[in-house]
Amino acid sequence: MSELSERFDTHDPGEKKVAEKIRCDACPVMCYIAEGRTGACDRYGNVGGNIVRMDPLTILDHAAETGAAVVPFDDGEAWDGELVDTRRRFVTAIGAGTTYPDYKPAPFIVSQEVEGVDLVTVVTEGIFSYCGVKVKIDTDRHIGDETAVVRAGGEAIGHVTTGEYGSQMLSLGGVHHLTGGSKAEGRATCDAMLALCNKEPVELAIDGGATVTVQAGRPPVIDGKAENRMRVGCGSATIGMFATQWRGLVDEVVVVDDHITGVVSEHQAGKVLGWEDTGIKILGRRSTPGRYFKVSEPGLGWGGTTISDPLSILGEWNAKKGARPGLSLLMVSTTGEQFSYYELDDDLKPVEKPFPERLRKSVDLIEDNCEPALCTVLFVGGAGGSLRAGVTENPVNLTRSVHGLKTYVTVGGAPCYVWPGGGITLMVDVSRLPDNAFGYVPTPALVAPIEFTLRRDDYLRLGGYEAEIRSVGDVLARGGEYLNPRHTAGAPAGNAWPPLVQARREGPPR
Amino acid sequence: MNGPQAHWLDDGRRLHLNHGPIDLIVEAFGAPEECRAAYAQAVERFRTILTELVAELPQLRKPAGPIITFAGSTARRMAAAVAPLAKTFITPMAAVAGSVADEILAAMLAGRTLDRAYVNNGGDCALYLSEGQSMQLAIAGTGHGLADRVTIRAEDPVRGVATSGWRGRSFSLGVADAVTVLARTGAEADAAATIVANAVDLPGHPAIERRPACDLAPDSDLGGRLVTTGVGMLSSLEVAAALERGLAVAEDLRHRGLIGAAALFLAGQSRICGPMSLPTASDTTIRKELVHA
Repeated sequence: MSELSERFDTHDPGEKKVAEKIRCDACPVMCYIAEGRTGACDRYGNVGGNIVRMDPLTILDHAAETGAAVVPFDDGEAWDGELVDTRRRFVTAIGAGTTYPDYKPAPFIVSQEVEGVDLVTVVTEGIFSYCGVKVKIDTDRHIGDETAVVRAGGEAIGHVTTGEYGSQMLSLGGVHHLTGGSKAEGRATCDAMLALCNKEPVELAIDGGATVTVQAGRPPVIDGKAENRMRVGCGSATIGMFATQWRGLVDEVVVVDDHITGVVSEHQAGKVLGWEDTGIKILGRRSTPGRYFKVSEPGLGWGGTTISDPLSILGEWNAKKGARPGLSLLMVSTTGEQFSYYELDDDLKPVEKPFPERLRKSVDLIEDNCEPALCTVLFVGGAGGSLRAGVTENPVNLTRSVHGLKTYVTVGGAPCYVWPGGGITLMVDVSRLPDNAFGYVPTPALVAPIEFTLRRDDYLRLGGYEAEIRSVGDVLARGGEYLNPRHTAGAPAGNAWPPLVQARREGPPR
Repeated sequence: MNGPQAHWLDDGRRLHLNHGPIDLIVEAFGAPEECRAAYAQAVERFRTILTELVAELPQLRKPAGPIITFAGSTARRMAAAVAPLAKTFITPMAAVAGSVADEILAAMLAGRTLDRAYVNNGGDCALYLSEGQSMQLAIAGTGHGLADRVTIRAEDPVRGVATSGWRGRSFSLGVADAVTVLARTGAEADAAATIVANAVDLPGHPAIERRPACDLAPDSDLGGRLVTTGVGMLSSLEVAAALERGLAVAEDLRHRGLIGAAALFLAGQSRICGPMSLPTASDTTIRKELVHA
């Protein structure tokens, strides 16, 4: 990361306040701005040698215990009986600004006491040239082969990775797409990741597969069709779950699935109910009784197969094994979204009939048991050496402290998972961050807010910048290096006030 | 560093695009699905327009020359717009606002069928009119006996309007309160308005305050040239003299076919060059959407 920083560092950091003109790093133009003037945008100005930003710094208010969003105080609000405002505030790194390079103390080192524990939060926006996005797309549809290239705007930005249960997974971004390829590839990768992390929709085209519109927290749109539900289970599992519901209502049920297609009369779940043979023949590779692999290729049809007419997976009906005119057949997909009803005619050919009311409930039940299909987006990034140096004089101490659970890492106030092993590689669900929390630099690389929270005594022990520590009240009143207005917002529900977790784990200092 | 942003204005029908110094107000008229697609194309094009310009900024800040070629399509629009004006000092930056407006409008129109559309980049606008359509513009700095509405009809050659003056966001070498130019494109109008506003001047007049551009904005394309920072009391004869200097330049541009019309304003006086088409009775009774130029 220090190399990256140096590329942006077009002037000596010490020079910044010496001359009356200073360079703004708010947008790619990077204007030099004279004292008392604004840049080309009229939004950022040089006030007394400081770049003044109009974007408010976000300070999250947490309702004391619940983590629920709170309504910001205003003058009209009734006094709630407290002499002082007891709400806890958490200064996030959103809008904190980034210093290039990072070896200067991070923009905010904020002290706040909670439950007798004197805590310090180090707040900065980190530049992540090593970063990526993992996308989980809840669908059984085949959207592309494993390792197939994923494109945005025609440029390769990632690939399809190993699928998970009921979901397809994409691995996007990473340093090779960002800076290892062409300029256009890097830009497309940065744009797509930025949009995904900021919860905006992005259209992704998979080589040899589908075009998918992905947006965090929304259903995927696959080749123009919005996905509604995840499958309840594979075809075989669906038979197992619902066999008793169908008993006595229909002679045969086939659950069509791209993985394992189930047949109730042959399946163990049907057998234990005494289900009679029907003489059905499935054109697929039989695994165990009533379970068939490869009835079709993966696709966008029934149950994630290429099938549009489910009868195409059936062979001749065998009268010797129980087929008879009038025998009834239900065919249904694993999500209950596709279903048809047939009866055998005198030649033992299935003929589609109006769907009978008596089976409606079982099909609806399958659909009800399917969870809403969503896209979820995790940001993955590694906090490099110089970002850590902004926190302490000895960067590796921060890594050790994080891994020793003495330092709690958050991204825009949201909890994140820190990967074991070396460095600080973290993952965060972008839907838990406030809107537009991510930014970028034209390298290209993403800028993400990152906060380190730890006990004040621990902070000083690991070589923290004691002289830079300021109170929350002071940050609220005066802001930081960019002197930008402060913006208080309700914390997203479900994000516990981070230090509280740590405080409870450790108890008061001894 | 902040990225490009798009959001709807409070009225819910005009799109605001911002990235750094670029602020665009965009509106399309026509079938709703065509408008939606046009807005999407505008946003898509807007994503990279500033970074493309920044990549060639050092060259774009140099005086216009004959042989410089630029990689970016917006930069090429800028260079093309200022090339015919290069006998006086001008850099491609004089046409940046109009060129950005033209570029975004072109992106909106690609493959679309719209009735009308405009992209307003801080007063420098690019217009689109399909057959039989017209658009009304409100012109700043008037109210002195001139109608402040200009109607552009589809049959007019005008698709760009721009305003320049020392009171505006960009620096001016002259003293005009405002010079509004109608031309074929936003880029041509922008470049011409700059040239004409620079020419509305009273060189050496003690009531006019000037400072080197680089003192005010260290990386200005105008370098050490003196830009106007204040205009004191001028006699009506001096005002007329300044406007006549500007009018001469505007007339020259019009005769060379580079602009359609221009309106020059200074201290309550004005000059009109060419047919600023004035609103007819029917136009004023049928109020159309106004673009603030």
